[in-house]
Amino acid sequence: MSDHLNFHFTVDGDNFVSAGQASVQVKKNLRELGLSPDVIRKVSIAMYEGEINMVIHAHGGTADVNVYEDRIEIILDDEGPGIKDVELALQEGYSTASDSVRSLGFGAGMGLPNMKRYSDDMRIDTTVGVGTKITMTIRL
Amino acid sequence: MNSYRHSVVLDEDKCTGCTTCIRRCPTEAIRILNGKADIDTDRCIDCGECIRICPHKAKKAMCSKFEHYTHYKWKVALPAPALFGQFNGLEDIDDVLQGLIDIGFDEVYEVAKAAEQVTAYTRLYLKTDHIKKPVISSACPVISRLISLRFPYLKDNILPIMPPMEIAAMSAKQKAIREHPELKPEEIGVFFISPCAAKVSYIRNGYSGFKSNVDVVISMSDIYFLLLSAMKRGNPPTVGSQTGMIGIGWASSGGEATALLNDNYLSADGIENCIQVLETIENGNIPPQLEFVELNACIGGCVGGVMTIENPFIAKTRLQTVRRYLPVSRNFLSPEMNFVPPEFVTDDMPEYKPITRLSDSMGESMRMMSQIQQLKEALPGIDCGACGSPTCRAFAEDTVRGLVKGDRCCVVLQNAEKKTEAKADEGN
Repeated sequence: MSDHLNFHFTVDGDNFVSAGQASVQVKKNLRELGLSPDVIRKVSIAMYEGEINMVIHAHGGTADVNVYEDRIEIILDDEGPGIKDVELALQEGYSTASDSVRSLGFGAGMGLPNMKRYSDDMRIDTTVGVGTKITMTIRL
Repeated sequence: MNSYRHSVVLDEDKCTGCTTCIRRCPTEAIRILNGKADIDTDRCIDCGECIRICPHKAKKAMCSKFEHYTHYKWKVALPAPALFGQFNGLEDIDDVLQGLIDIGFDEVYEVAKAAEQVTAYTRLYLKTDHIKKPVISSACPVISRLISLRFPYLKDNILPIMPPMEIAAMSAKQKAIREHPELKPEEIGVFFISPCAAKVSYIRNGYSGFKSNVDVVISMSDIYFLLLSAMKRGNPPTVGSQTGMIGIGWASSGGEATALLNDNYLSADGIENCIQVLETIENGNIPPQLEFVELNACIGGCVGGVMTIENPFIAKTRLQTVRRYLPVSRNFLSPEMNFVPPEFVTDDMPEYKPITRLSDSMGESMRMMSQIQQLKEALPGIDCGACGSPTCRAFAEDTVRGLVKGDRCCVVLQNAEKKTEAKADEGN
């Protein structure tokens, strides 16, 4: 086997109800690996927020969770509109979500800030009009 | 080893190994081994889904029989409020309480009375500073066990007040000891009349070194006909109910939460719905002002328990009639009461058990997980259950764990056979 495990998910673009299923599956896998409740929660929140973001802003994408012996890496990749101003997007409460999305209870502007808070490291590679790739690392 | 003792038992003669239960079990605790259903006691949360779904009635909830406990000199009945929803045309709860006396109990102590106390103290507790919110109800033992196995992060959200049954048992025992100094404590038997199997397990196990005040659990359905015929005799009630609308309301889903007179609550019932709510709370995607969460493993709440007689929705409707003219509550706190009495508080919270972990070593767990992934790729993914595991993923896991031999997938075998046949045809 390679030096890490990979869990790959396709996040469906227009389904709020199924968003979050990947994070539930990841939680199950991480429990089987015997990781601590604290780590599992961090991964699941970071992952869930990421999934929801991809549904709201990017018509879905892919989520990869790579488990190494010393860290977990979450890679969220989409071909959405990209983020114009990353610094602004990282501010709590800032959101470009539509009114209809907000009426569902999403779009509070906490997605990216929470992803940053619950991961030890977060890298955002984004190009407007091309897509966004977010890499989060949680150390074990 | 398996230290947790459950209340779901299998009648081996009736079990056909049909695989219906394995796919319904929310914790994937059941496998078909040697043609019979086999429950992993570490994973089982006593939700009763397998009892409900078994088409051959091979699963039963194990309970005690009332008539086996003649050695108690003073028998106290603790009827769960769901009991009052089981009788057609019931107008007065007192008739049921009298029926319990007529079938041989010496005294009745309503769990609904204790429920009203729990309601009053929960209102106080919600006003406490620095508590983790939303507070999750402690009443349903299935939910407490589920949290301990799967949602350890939410452990501190569980209401640290004992469930009504336990408070009723404690109060009933104290009352009997006080009023009957001639009796030794062990001569007093407290009998909980239960709608569900999970309470049986809760009483036998507690969480950690906990001893319940309930001595015997008897099933509602077991005493139903005995009780019904006693009630038909129509003896005038000598005992009076001490419960109001709130206490009776606890029997169905939403009753506990609405009684708090606080809009910021959520109530859900049905085990799969409860799991989804817990996942959502764990992910933090809930209204920030949410204060209280009531979760009932059974659809409809306690009236949906596997030991009840009546359809949960009919029982609920009957309870609406029964509680119609009752006072809101008969167990208010005195205005100066401003704390939860220590004897009602429990720190006996379920402890996290990582029961699904593959191995004690992370490296080994990763290696096994990788094998599971590979194996799963080779399986058809139709989750038919014919191999005895609930899903293809579970079958792959069982194989890697060494629980089963990996050659039992009939779809894979059939496809291989077809290939061989096709090759043979080509050869001709």
